[in-house]
Amino acid sequence: MSNRRLSSILKLSLLSAIMAFTSNVFADPVKAAFVYIGPVGDMGWTYQHHDGVQYVKANMGDDVEITYVESVPEGSDAERVISKLARKNDIIFTTSFGYMNPTIKVAERFPDVKFEHATGYMRADNVSVYSARFYENRHVIGKIAGRMTKTNIVGYVASFPIPEVIRGINAAFLAARSVNPDVEFKIVWAYTWFDPGKEADAANALIAQGADILMQHTDSTAIMAIAEENGIHAFGQASDMSAFGPNAHLASIIDIWGPYYLKRIQAVKDGTWESTDTFGGAEEGMLVLSSMSNMPKDIQGQAERTFKGIVNGIINPFTGPINKQDGSPWLAEGETPPMFPDVLTMDFYVEGIDSQYPN
Amino acid sequence: MNEGLIIAIIIGISIASVPLIFAAIGELIVERSGVLNLGVEGMMIVGALAGFVVEFHTGNSFLAVLAALLAGMAIASIFAFLTQILLTNHVATGLALTIFGLGIAAFVGRGYTEVRIELIAEIHIPLLSDLPIVGPLLFSYNPLVYLALFVVFLVWWFLFKTKHGLILRAIGDNHDAAHAIGHKVVRYRVMAILFGGAMAGIGGAFLSLVQVPMWGENMTAGRGWIALGLVVFSSWQPFKVILGAVIFGGITVLQLHAQGFDIRISAQYLSMLPYLATIIILVSLRMRDKNKTNRTMPNCLGRIFHSTT
Repeated sequence: MSNRRLSSILKLSLLSAIMAFTSNVFADPVKAAFVYIGPVGDMGWTYQHHDGVQYVKANMGDDVEITYVESVPEGSDAERVISKLARKNDIIFTTSFGYMNPTIKVAERFPDVKFEHATGYMRADNVSVYSARFYENRHVIGKIAGRMTKTNIVGYVASFPIPEVIRGINAAFLAARSVNPDVEFKIVWAYTWFDPGKEADAANALIAQGADILMQHTDSTAIMAIAEENGIHAFGQASDMSAFGPNAHLASIIDIWGPYYLKRIQAVKDGTWESTDTFGGAEEGMLVLSSMSNMPKDIQGQAERTFKGIVNGIINPFTGPINKQDGSPWLAEGETPPMFPDVLTMDFYVEGIDSQYPN
Repeated sequence: MNEGLIIAIIIGISIASVPLIFAAIGELIVERSGVLNLGVEGMMIVGALAGFVVEFHTGNSFLAVLAALLAGMAIASIFAFLTQILLTNHVATGLALTIFGLGIAAFVGRGYTEVRIELIAEIHIPLLSDLPIVGPLLFSYNPLVYLALFVVFLVWWFLFKTKHGLILRAIGDNHDAAHAIGHKVVRYRVMAILFGGAMAGIGGAFLSLVQVPMWGENMTAGRGWIALGLVVFSSWQPFKVILGAVIFGGITVLQLHAQGFDIRISAQYLSMLPYLATIIILVSLRMRDKNKTNRTMPNCLGRIFHSTT
């Protein structure tokens, strides 16, 4: 080879090496996509995810390009939406349990795209799962409910019988019982995450049956509004619902997704992303308690101390002795359950809950 | 199970059936004229939004209901133009308008998800509303509930006791013959479609003004489709619409209450029942005496009218 040619090749190689090295610094923005189960305006679950997205945008600015799709039904249409996003994005967040199978399926076809599935349990090399220990906050509101109820009936509007919802019911019930041995839970399954009309019907049915405190695991503000209409109290879900029930609102569980999203998108940018299983809670700042209202100071104080106890890792909502609904023992005195399988795939009511476990 | 609870259940069922009554009675007139309007869901949701927005900005319930009526009619006028003037296929047009209605309501309604309004108050008749059981059960409803019942009666009277109603039914059964006699087929159909849209709009407004004092995307949650099934279930007869609405609407409410009592009725089976009944009715209609035209499907339902003169 002539000297000139050799020198050209060397220069070209050096130039490529430099460009490859600096490509990280002058990289294209990370493209992140979010799939939402409901509208951003649900003032509940999806609203909080979107709030997290705004946090990422505020912190990363032009380094990230965000796409989001609202109200994607769980099922086959979800697969279509996720596939379409996978062609153009580096990381996709699917924010509902029912997106589990579609996410895994699409992830198999797009091994270079990263997927993050909320509240699920199936993983792959390019699929992470993430969730929050929502039941920790249920423990706190359970205590408030137990002390605030006068009829001793707490109405619970549940969505679908999946472990996350069951954990919430069990945690709230145990906490309520711990401060009020006579409290009963009436549980109604709405089989929807977001249907204001149906949620309102469920709330009315529970009120007609004597409930004076309402809890929900559905996403709209209808239940809070119905509680306000009827002069009773209710707890908000996923975001602060006090605007919808100024006199009814006791407390809301608030999900904080921003820091987690920032961390994961940053990891994609830095090339350090790996499949993980995140199950954070109050301790990690993924859950906060909204401001409390409409309750006596001593109950509020107890709630704040309980929350602090959870943040500091002192209180575990599932601490024995606890039996399962059929009487069989689950946790011994002082014992706390392992995450897997007990907590993550919880499929039983605890002893004391009167309703039949849904099939 | 005390009587207070029974009354609450009956009231709950009544409230749940009202949007269906409005949407279905409107659609009944439309189908009686021979037009199949699948855009009911879209018309309901824009009515819900329009009613909510006007109520929020003016606080005037009457204006809000009027706005809902006009919004439903606006979507219906698009449908009327497409199917009666441009002669498009009824089914495709209706579906397109449902999707359009849902989309535009969601788009325009973005700024209204965070606010709430005061619900329309129930009426209070001095002596009657205070009667022990009959009071809350019959005399203490929201004015729109009474309006729904009145509209059903009006539709029955119109269809079977007036000349124009007879002409409408004739057009629905045989538009070519009606046209040959000299009746204005397109005009009657357009009026019917506008009426249907207006009723669907009010039905939607009932959701956002009475049932839940809030606005949310897709809050009609398929009630427009239920109304369509309801019209068939009622054999295109006005008073049966009330019966059907109570059954369709009441099933959900009953099932929610049953859960509270821990009565194990599978939600899915219960929800299936009204539709199963509709299919059975449709089948039995085919086998019925063709002379009883009152109870059979309008012969020209869904067929495009091509005037030959």
